Amino acid sequence: MIYTLIIHASPVQHQAPETALRFARALLEAGHTLHRVFFYRDGVFNANDLASGAADEPSLPSDWLALAQEHRLDLVVCIAAAIRRGVLDSNEAKRYDKHQSNLAQGFELSGLGQLVEASILSDRVITFGGRG
Amino acid sequence: MSPDNQASAKRFLLISTTPPYGSSASKDQLDIALTCSVFEQPVTLLFLGDGVLQLLPNQQGNLLRQKNVNAIQSSLALYDIESIYVDIDALRYHDLEASGLHIPCLPVDSHAIQRLIAEHDIVLTI
Repeated sequence: MIYTLIIHASPVQHQAPETALRFARALLEAGHTLHRVFFYRDGVFNANDLASGAADEPSLPSDWLALAQEHRLDLVVCIAAAIRRGVLDSNEAKRYDKHQSNLAQGFELSGLGQLVEASILSDRVITFGGRG
Repeated sequence: MSPDNQASAKRFLLISTTPPYGSSASKDQLDIALTCSVFEQPVTLLFLGDGVLQLLPNQQGNLLRQKNVNAIQSSLALYDIESIYVDIDALRYHDLEASGLHIPCLPVDSHAIQRLIAEHDIVLTI
């Protein structure tokens, strides 16, 4: 079955992104396809390379990257939500006159159309951290 | 809509559960709705619980330095988004009538809500 996951919550404040990561691992292990992971609203913080947690805490950006590299996943971050929250790739940093970019490796910025397109192509679309 | 689009179309149900202005949820949900429409996907909106407060008329979001949600709601018909449902229990709880809301909506009870969720291919909640 083809899945798409949508993540709405920050990994610092909510368990939802960790649950999504574990769900992603489980569905891939079960032989399903993960068409796309779409990060919307505060979910864009999953792609913040400057997030600096304690050494004994998990780092969601690097966990997503590891999974994406192993399974060639498409990790898409909503560009409008990301820019508002200060998660920028080098193109957007240039466009908005910022001195640095911080989009973590393995993620790409794109529009909400990627969420809708993924929903059209997937058998199951699961939202994590949607309430609130 | 061309026959090709129809064949690949998915029915989207977008569920709103929060009041306007307290968070970005109402606006974020409407952004998804408008994007679905651009992709020619049929969209249904369902307002549950305090989400029904998004539909109150004569809102003045500007006093809170926010955009008026009513303005986006008024444009939904232009995007062919006219299938809009409200939780009848939430209307009763807030002492509201569907006829007094900003845009035309159909009140639904919990059984009809179950049917709506079952009938749609993609259900997204904010």
